[in-house]
Amino acid sequence: MKQNDVFFHGRGETLFVDDLATFSGLLHAAVLPSPLAHGRIRRLDVAAAARRPGVAAVFTARDIPGDNQIGGIILDEPLLADNEVHYAGQPVALVVAGTARQARQALAAIVLEIEELPALLDPRQAAARGLLIAPPRAFVLGDVDKAWPLCAHVVRGRVDSGGQEHVYLETQAAVAVPGEKDSLRVISATQSPSAVQRIIARVLGLPMSQVAVEVYRLGGAFGGKEDQATAWAVLAALAARALRRPVKLVLERREDMRFTGKRHPYSSDFAIGLDGTGRILAYEVTFYQNAGAAADLSTAILERTLFHAGNSYRIPNVRASGISCRTNLPPFTAFRGFGGPQAMFVLEAALFQAAEKMGLAPAELQRRNLLAEGDELPYGQKVKNCRAQRCFDEAVAAFDLDAGRERVRAFNQANAFCKKGLALMPVCFGISFTSSHLNQAGALVHVYTDGSVSVSTGAVEMGQGVNSKILLVAARTLGIASRRLRMESTCTRRVANTSPTAASTGADLNGKAVERACLEIRGRLLEVAAAALSRDSVAGLELRQESVYLAGKKTDLTWEKLVPAAYMARVNLSAQAHYATPGIHFDRTREKGEPFAYHVYGTALVEATIDGLRGTATVDSVRAVHDAGSSLNPLVDRGQAEGGIVQGIGWMTLEELLYAGDGQLLTDTLSTYKIPDIRSAPPEIEVRFLEDAANPAAVLNSKAVGEPPFMYGIGAYFALLAALRAFRPHKPLPFSSPLTNEKILAWLEEE
Amino acid sequence: MAAGIAFILNDQEVDTALPAGTALVDFIRADQRLTGTRVGCREGDCGACTVLLGTPAGGRVRYRAVVSCLFPLADAAGRHVVTVEGLNPEAPNASGLTPVQQAFVSEGASQCGFCTPGLVVSLTAFLLEDPGLESDDAVTAIEGNVCRCTGYVSIRRAVERLLRELRPPLLGASARLPALIGLGVVPAYFAGIAARLRAQQPQALVRKNAVAVAMAGGTDLYVQRGPELAAQELRLLSRQEGFAAIWPAADRIHIGAAAPISDLMESRLLTAALPQLPGFLRLVSSTQIRNRATVGGNIVNASPIGDLSVMLLALDAAIGLRSLRPGGRIRQMKLRDFFLGYKKLDLRPGEVVAWLSIPLPGNGSRFHFEKVARRRHQDIASVNTAIGLDCDNDRIVTAHVAAGGVAPVPLFLKKAAAFLAGREVSSSVVREFITVAESEIAPISDVRGAAAYKKALLRRLLFAHFLELFPGRLGAGDLP
Repeated sequence: MKQNDVFFHGRGETLFVDDLATFSGLLHAAVLPSPLAHGRIRRLDVAAAARRPGVAAVFTARDIPGDNQIGGIILDEPLLADNEVHYAGQPVALVVAGTARQARQALAAIVLEIEELPALLDPRQAAARGLLIAPPRAFVLGDVDKAWPLCAHVVRGRVDSGGQEHVYLETQAAVAVPGEKDSLRVISATQSPSAVQRIIARVLGLPMSQVAVEVYRLGGAFGGKEDQATAWAVLAALAARALRRPVKLVLERREDMRFTGKRHPYSSDFAIGLDGTGRILAYEVTFYQNAGAAADLSTAILERTLFHAGNSYRIPNVRASGISCRTNLPPFTAFRGFGGPQAMFVLEAALFQAAEKMGLAPAELQRRNLLAEGDELPYGQKVKNCRAQRCFDEAVAAFDLDAGRERVRAFNQANAFCKKGLALMPVCFGISFTSSHLNQAGALVHVYTDGSVSVSTGAVEMGQGVNSKILLVAARTLGIASRRLRMESTCTRRVANTSPTAASTGADLNGKAVERACLEIRGRLLEVAAAALSRDSVAGLELRQESVYLAGKKTDLTWEKLVPAAYMARVNLSAQAHYATPGIHFDRTREKGEPFAYHVYGTALVEATIDGLRGTATVDSVRAVHDAGSSLNPLVDRGQAEGGIVQGIGWMTLEELLYAGDGQLLTDTLSTYKIPDIRSAPPEIEVRFLEDAANPAAVLNSKAVGEPPFMYGIGAYFALLAALRAFRPHKPLPFSSPLTNEKILAWLEEE
Repeated sequence: MAAGIAFILNDQEVDTALPAGTALVDFIRADQRLTGTRVGCREGDCGACTVLLGTPAGGRVRYRAVVSCLFPLADAAGRHVVTVEGLNPEAPNASGLTPVQQAFVSEGASQCGFCTPGLVVSLTAFLLEDPGLESDDAVTAIEGNVCRCTGYVSIRRAVERLLRELRPPLLGASARLPALIGLGVVPAYFAGIAARLRAQQPQALVRKNAVAVAMAGGTDLYVQRGPELAAQELRLLSRQEGFAAIWPAADRIHIGAAAPISDLMESRLLTAALPQLPGFLRLVSSTQIRNRATVGGNIVNASPIGDLSVMLLALDAAIGLRSLRPGGRIRQMKLRDFFLGYKKLDLRPGEVVAWLSIPLPGNGSRFHFEKVARRRHQDIASVNTAIGLDCDNDRIVTAHVAAGGVAPVPLFLKKAAAFLAGREVSSSVVREFITVAESEIAPISDVRGAAAYKKALLRRLLFAHFLELFPGRLGAGDLP
């Protein structure tokens, strides 16, 4: 128990960046943001601010020794604005002072004059003007143009989905501590320690070896600390190096909400064609992605949108196009699902409308089109071990869809003011980074002479339980009790060139690397055991339950005897290992390949109620059959599923980013941007894991779990639409998320 | 006399010379290095900084959960403040966890862990004080604790597990505190706190020659002016005689301006007169905030959408204003005359709100409150409205109606109220009433909704009053 974070979480003893014991001589930094969404800097004078009480220094773009560039995929994002500003909230200057309060007070003394330029906020307008992050892409399967004439039903429409603020409870934070010989140690709340290391090195003009980035844990991230943690760590490093003092930068909530990127809003056009029996023949979709003012991860996110354009369905003819549009908003970024949810929302909206047109229940159309073994996805991969139909059928049976429909029908008949609706939401989500090179991980395992074990990986713990899973892999592989194991912080000095902990792959990749390192140590230890037991070979020897077993029988050679014996025999008790997911590839010139190691499947049944008098929505329950493989830790996986579902519901129904026409974020506090609380989250969420669902493609037959359940939340939107439909049978429904109380009432009011 | 602000923090006496307006969370984290109390938003919306506040009351210490980001250090004086560290079992202890902490661990109700200490503290406050220990009340106790990771289902399971284990022994115990100590919910040192607080020296409330800011609960002042307050001395109205009490006077009930909303919910006097009131007040903010936010603060804040302002207008409240200058007198008026314009009040320099008073409801009195926000709980309304009626059977004798979010002030719907007087409730009367009410409003578009939305919402919520107060009189087809 005491090797798990959760024990210390309960006692309030885990340390987040802002909780770390104070560093001697620590200075605090605060950021001056651009007040305008677009403009040219005419004057930037920090002299007066530098003289304010407690201020140690003020930094602007001119003070950057290396490249003023923090772009990851595309080099289009300065650390501090130089000449131009491209979004409100863009960092322009950094004040460093004795206290955070002094630093923030001194911000007001900076003279910043900006010549305002028109702000562009709409992705379609940006596309019309050719303001793109990268050239558009298209995934094509079959030939939609040939398919349209064969379709008995064609539905076209537009679908919009709003952005989403991460609201990780720990705001962005970093501490940079200068060391000897020009080195820096940076403790950062990041999902991507190596990216932070690389960019600090770039901005400061240092070799990466001079910069150590360390992460203890994150107070939530959800993608919001994949790329967007970088700037704050680099700013702290910039100041720490110049001032030769430790510098801490912790954003206040309002700063965090104004400065950092969120889930991408999308606006999309679709056409879907079906034959007379309701089988999808063709689907054409164009996604306009609002990327904000810089690329960040937008191109990768748009790519994942295209990968998930078909969700869980067999569609023989597809043309899915994606356009990443540059606007004057903070660069939008990774958020659980990484573009997948936006794609699935469009297709579900298309199916819902097609079902209405055909006079069928949406669930019936969904069922008729589910993926089957061997079906080809629009990017050329053929599905293996497909569990789409199994999950769907089990959900329908286990949660008794027919009885639910009857109950809802009776309720709606009996209630004039309140109506209920049901929706099913099937999900198929590909696992692996779609940039194939990122699918690698490293691990470093030390066994100490007292038998205790230290495990380092590139995985970052952010509440998703990756460390508890890795611990389990190590304990099982070494055959010892987990109390002997310690999960170390994530540090670029121990495990280098790490991929971000993202794309739900943390446990898959790092777990495998740890398994390999442990297998290596185990192999060496068994050699020692063979010698100690006077055996010619390790044949018949096993390490389990803290002892060496010979031919299935326990020997006297315990772990505590074996380890010192190995040391005395001068056997290496440490191992470094590396894992790269085999067999995956993707060719972006053809947009074909096998980018995913496997897919995660599931189906959720969502029930929701609308109070038609007050125009308020309630999501009553979510029940899902979910494919978690052979779960490494069912408690963790259940928690991931439940948490993802509620975040998904929040995105679909409650969480709304409002901007003024000039690009200022209006919902920049937790009092105006509402996330689900315990009363608005459905009291009933039931997640059933698919049984007999081993997954040979991942560590110990498990499956990744972080992102896929988020998309069950999309079902909430359609359950609410079904409830609205019970009020007015023919009126066109809205396909623009989030479906807030205000939108619901507007629909009820409209003639 | 204590040198500065003296209180007990966990098991430790503290005496600090920091300014009175220092946010308690900063003292806890920066000065005391107790980092289990976390800062998530500094506006009382996340609950990560929740601490227990113990106040001497009738020989014992009464505990409530409060958010330490909106709590002035000075108001800790003479009290017991408990952070999660102060709950952790004293060594030696086999599990190392209290039953509350253990329930979170067992049910996987802690993921990133940032919010967990706040939840542990809120639930411990519930176990310390709640008489019935019903699970829905436990959920109410943690409504103010936001968790972004779990989706709350595992937290609900942890609550259920906890109550399954603890409810029987706690409800069977003759005294709660010893039982909680015996069960390990709180450490043994809690038993000695009441006596230690009694032994504390009296403390000066305001340092001599200091310019002091008058503060009631502070839950709004800290949101508006937090950094500036950190350096301020304070005049804590809750510590002035009579300001925090609820008392009867002739045919009225007086509510001290510095009475926290939780006191209203627990007041026998108020709940006997208005049994629905606690239910309506549960729609106001969260438990932690209601433990601090005051009636006077809600009014003086002058928000056009204040829930209590709207309720009190419909209850035909009067307001008493007291000058803080020596020999200052009480000035009183109808609450509806107090709101002059947007954030403009009939409040003179040096004056503070001393009390609100409402007439005791009669046999034919009916009262109802409606509120719609983006989120049902702990959110600011898009539109709220309250109605107070005196009826002779189904005939309305007098009416008081108010609405928030539809004007620059919490709006007393004077014409609409007058229209109702003397009428029998019918669909045509309700329709006309709503038309009159709509002639009095002027909503604007903002983050809480477009003007048209607010107008439509008010129409529906006004209708809802009659649906709720006169069941069976109206149907869905009557909605104008």
